[in-house]
Amino acid sequence: MEPISHVSGRAIPFGRKNVDTDVIIPAAWLKTITREGLGQGAFEAVKQEPDNVFTDPEYAGAPILIAGDNFGCGSSREHAAWALLDMGVTCVIAPSFSDIFSSNAFKNGILTVALPQDAVDRLLEVAKSDPIDVDLEAQSVTTPFQDRFAFEIDPFRKHCLLEGLDEVGLTMAQGDAIKAHEARAKEQMPFLARTISTVD
Amino acid sequence: MSTKPRTLYQKIWDAHVVDRRDDGTSLVYIDRHIIHEVTSPQAFESLRAASRPVRRPDLTLAVPDHNLPTTARKDASGNILPIADPQSAQQLAALQKNAPEFGIRYIDSTDPEQGIVHVVGPEQGFSLPGATIVCGDSHTACHGGLGALAFGIGTSEVEHVLATQTLLLKQSKTMEVRVEGTLGAGVTPKDVILHIIGLIGTAGGTGHVIEYRGNVFEEMSIEGRLTVCNMSIEGGARAGLIAPDEATFAYIKGRPYAPKGEEWDKAVAWWKSLATDEGATFDKTVSVRAEDIQPTVTWGTSPEDTSAIGGLVPAPEDFADASKQSAVKVSLEYMGLTPGTRLTDIEVQNVFIGSCTNSRIEDIRAAAEVLKGRHKADNVKWAIVVPGSGLVKQQAEAEGLDKIIIDAGLEWREPGCSACLAMNPDKVPAGERCASTSNRNFTGRQGPGARTHLMSPAMAAAAAVTGKLTDVRDLVG
Ligand code: SF4
Repeated sequence: MEPISHVSGRAIPFGRKNVDTDVIIPAAWLKTITREGLGQGAFEAVKQEPDNVFTDPEYAGAPILIAGDNFGCGSSREHAAWALLDMGVTCVIAPSFSDIFSSNAFKNGILTVALPQDAVDRLLEVAKSDPIDVDLEAQSVTTPFQDRFAFEIDPFRKHCLLEGLDEVGLTMAQGDAIKAHEARAKEQMPFLARTISTVD
Repeated sequence: MSTKPRTLYQKIWDAHVVDRRDDGTSLVYIDRHIIHEVTSPQAFESLRAASRPVRRPDLTLAVPDHNLPTTARKDASGNILPIADPQSAQQLAALQKNAPEFGIRYIDSTDPEQGIVHVVGPEQGFSLPGATIVCGDSHTACHGGLGALAFGIGTSEVEHVLATQTLLLKQSKTMEVRVEGTLGAGVTPKDVILHIIGLIGTAGGTGHVIEYRGNVFEEMSIEGRLTVCNMSIEGGARAGLIAPDEATFAYIKGRPYAPKGEEWDKAVAWWKSLATDEGATFDKTVSVRAEDIQPTVTWGTSPEDTSAIGGLVPAPEDFADASKQSAVKVSLEYMGLTPGTRLTDIEVQNVFIGSCTNSRIEDIRAAAEVLKGRHKADNVKWAIVVPGSGLVKQQAEAEGLDKIIIDAGLEWREPGCSACLAMNPDKVPAGERCASTSNRNFTGRQGPGARTHLMSPAMAAAAAVTGKLTDVRDLVG
């Protein structure tokens, strides 16, 4: 995973509320068996709308997306995060995110920044003409006009994003604790530890 | 262990924590992992790249469902028919290859046990009360109907579980949804959950795990509980559960992977201890009177856009919130609906009875009861009934339900996700309307431009008969 410390550049001022993962990447695009190329299908339906921000050359290649409340609701498809990455988006700013989306985004090295609606409104305004800077280390979003919005982030997530750490590897290093749990569970809840091969 | 009163969720959580971190995340052990063809290929791809094995293939079950066509899978002489869509074929082939290669039990598309992941898990006794269950599909919450802590995960998490049998999680807040009283005639578990989502909204349960409580759920069949928990995600919650009880134990007993003998007794004793303690508190509580729930349908493109069947299509101005107003405007346009229209005047051209929400035997029975001796309306061009698994199909056929369905002019299909999502050949044409028993009415969910109205199997069957959204109570009294 690519480490992230700063995301700066143009931001796509989308701003829509309740954007579900079907909108981010329609089901027809879920048939891949690799992660590449999904950017093409991202926001497919929105791209058909007149004057949409996704086909506007002004925002081509922008690394930041600004959205409305409850971004990424709906299906748990991780393709939504891959599609954003493939578009070149590594940071999404919104008033709130669905739990599954923000967790999928994090696991793929995308920073999700939750800010109050008025801050998001201001950033949507700025994004139309100017770049935005997201500083993960300092936990702040700034504009060329002296705006500064602080955001909260889980310290563990922050650490992993800054270092580009792979979660699977981190957990595998805890093999002993997992083994200890398995031994305990086998004693206390043998019916859960029971395996497929024993009945086959 | 603390003696503070705990909720069902808290107890299952506590029993599965491998390691607690200072930052509030925990490493949680996963007892059951179900995989399907859509969200697993990239996980296997990563495992292979890092030369990592699957830690507990024996706690993992693989079954294809999303991409499979629901038409005949074998020709007259028993040869397996090829999948026409090359991309679907590629995903299905990847699972068929990956599962055995990593030592995972794979149910093939032509096995009688094949079906939708969330139907197969409970049916095989693979999903158990008190277990942590995950699957790369957001409707995994379904298994909560057995009293399991079950939730959907993304592909990176699928990879994490395959490699470590654990997940890094933050404990959720708890939400109690209490429904008490007596459900009226014709009011089914689907109506109960649609009503609840209409009430709390699609973000109502965000950050929470819902426990459904009250006599209505206690008296509900296991199939019904699975339907209710299935749609917890539509209410924003990652998981929903109902305390396991005698009905749960009776449902599980004797299933292929269910515990047996001494282990069974031990399991039941533990399962009984899981119920929420008296005095335990929830972060949020919502109470509903069963008498207030009517047969319910959706009119918009969000599962919270519900109305009792006797209602009218609302106008954007009926909503207080400005952003909801604009969402309703867009949604009505997409749905091709005019405010003030009576819901029962809305014509449908398609009917879909199936999906992990409503494709169990009870659902097929409910649809057949309405269809019996009746015939679909002429304006209904396409109407299919898709059992949730090969075993449901067998059972329905043993009861003669397939005949009732076919005589009524509907098609009786092979098990799979079908028209729940536009990923296999079962799609609703653009601009057409579908009375659907699935769980999502999102824009394009059943095909580009498709207009979905969510409802119960009995209501969908009634719509097939009249060709319009219909109050099933007017047909079956
Ligand atoms: S039926 Fe629909 S919701 Fe259920 S598993 Fe299949 S695609 Fe997901």
